[in-house]
Amino acid sequence: MRLALPLLVVVAGLFMVSLLTGPAEIGVGRSLAALFAGGEDPVALVMREIRLPRALLAVMIGASLGLSGAAMQGYLRNPLAEPGLIGVSGSAALGAVLAIQTGLAATFALGLPLAALAGALGGVLLVMALAGPRGTSLTLILGGIAVSSLAGALTALVLNLSPNPFAASEIVFWMMGSLADRSMTHVWLALPLMVVGFGLLAGLGRGLDALTLGEDAAQAMGIDMGRLRLMLVIGTACVVGAGTAVAGAIGFVGLVVPHLLRPLVGAHPGRLLWASALGGAAMVLLADIAVRVILPERDLKLGVLTALVGAPLFLHLILRLRRERI
Amino acid sequence: MTLVTILVLAMARMAAAEPDVSPSPNGGAPARVVSMNLCTDQLAMLLAGEGQLWSVSRISLDPMVSPMVDEAKSHVINHGRAEEIYLMRPDIVLASTLSPRSTVLMLERLGIEVAQFAPASTLVDVRDRILEMGRVLGREAAARAVLARFDARLEALEADQGPRPRAVIYHANGYVSGRGSLAGDILDRSGFVNAAHTKGYGSGQVMPLEVLALTDPDLVVTAQTYPGGSRAEEVLSHPVVRAFRAGRDSAVISDQSWVCGTPFVLDAIEQLAEVRRRIIARGGE
Repeated sequence: MRLALPLLVVVAGLFMVSLLTGPAEIGVGRSLAALFAGGEDPVALVMREIRLPRALLAVMIGASLGLSGAAMQGYLRNPLAEPGLIGVSGSAALGAVLAIQTGLAATFALGLPLAALAGALGGVLLVMALAGPRGTSLTLILGGIAVSSLAGALTALVLNLSPNPFAASEIVFWMMGSLADRSMTHVWLALPLMVVGFGLLAGLGRGLDALTLGEDAAQAMGIDMGRLRLMLVIGTACVVGAGTAVAGAIGFVGLVVPHLLRPLVGAHPGRLLWASALGGAAMVLLADIAVRVILPERDLKLGVLTALVGAPLFLHLILRLRRERI
Repeated sequence: MTLVTILVLAMARMAAAEPDVSPSPNGGAPARVVSMNLCTDQLAMLLAGEGQLWSVSRISLDPMVSPMVDEAKSHVINHGRAEEIYLMRPDIVLASTLSPRSTVLMLERLGIEVAQFAPASTLVDVRDRILEMGRVLGREAAARAVLARFDARLEALEADQGPRPRAVIYHANGYVSGRGSLAGDILDRSGFVNAAHTKGYGSGQVMPLEVLALTDPDLVVTAQTYPGGSRAEEVLSHPVVRAFRAGRDSAVISDQSWVCGTPFVLDAIEQLAEVRRRIIARGGE
């Protein structure tokens, strides 16, 4: 609990900064007044329809990525498991792109997140099948590379075949992620699945704590391994699918955040879950503020920043794993 | 030099050496013309004499961007590839200065004359292109007639004086059209102030949605969206853009009216001028 308050303060602070960051120069007092007072004037429109959904989505998607990263790492007992790296985000993007290009997303509002959910589910099942029940780091990462490159190639293929002249240039968005020009519509699209996913993943705490003692011990303590696995798979697919459907695939958040917070919560995967959710929200908020400060009028992708932080850490983790084996 | 190139070049020389079996009826006018660009397609279809234009580009069949789909159907269709165009044995090929350079060079190496037309960025350019096409096709009289009708219609459309509402042309991905672009000139001639320009945004620059909201223009002009869906075009249906459409006049102008500097730009001006009259009428109430 010592950690909860500071993390909440950080997230709330970054949320405010995010609301006050943007190319339209509006004073602090005026923008906050417009946010709450409402009305039809342009400042209210900017605050409520552009900045608020952007900040809300950063929190929701960051929390999703942090939470699902921590849950996968706890279940697989492997610090390299992360939805972006093992191809779950990429498969979700493929599902989303298919929904948009086939017209499913236009005919049925929830078609987009549900198709992304289906993609994510396919990706996570495939990786877990490839890695095996006691997947080593090697099989997990190799399986992840295979799934993410296949999903990436198919996404590029679908976008290149599209009759829309803009589609092909959007490969970058689906692979790197961005929150530019999102609206409350996207918040409502992502929210239902995210709530379901958060519910499933938050219930994993006790099971993951027990699992640190080994599978046999966990089963002896009354943990149903099959159920645990099912909740993890569906929960991850829900949150990653919903997030990717509206913002593209944002990598490394689920890797960096649990790694940074793990020493602070002790060796309790259960406690790491909620801490990583808050940490993930803070990281995506921070990245989304940074893209608007660094290049305000070009849509710098979020994944660029998260990868700049995450990739070196990933290398560090690999080197450490190698040393431990020797 | 590869064997194939040598053979192709040899064939080209032979072709060039052949006596002209079909001397053009009116002096130096080309008898068989192939156009490989959407915009030259339109000008050629408007100006060419009976049977003079042999082939137009595939894009002229796309109703999203081509205002002359039916006319294009009565011509042979090409896909802008040097090989197929060479085999059509044209006297002249019409292309844009933006057409693939490799294709143009290849055709010229094969001994085919290629006339390249620069894209128009003002209505003055449009007038020049009409006359230029008339010269290239040997149809100066037809060009002068088309130009006279163009000038008369433009004058009628521009005659309307009065207040100038503020408008923004908002493309996919939030790009705006400023001064010095054909779309910007169309807006100007329709009696609007280009609010993107007054805010300091030029052509090819992105105006963030937030800035658009605060600019608060009287009219947001958007292009028609293409099938298949894209994130780039989603910005056109963002609640902020929708809010400008609700309770105000809006204009969706399909790309066919303003991608090319041809007389069809007058359709865009006519449409925008109509919207302007409605805005002024409501403002005067």
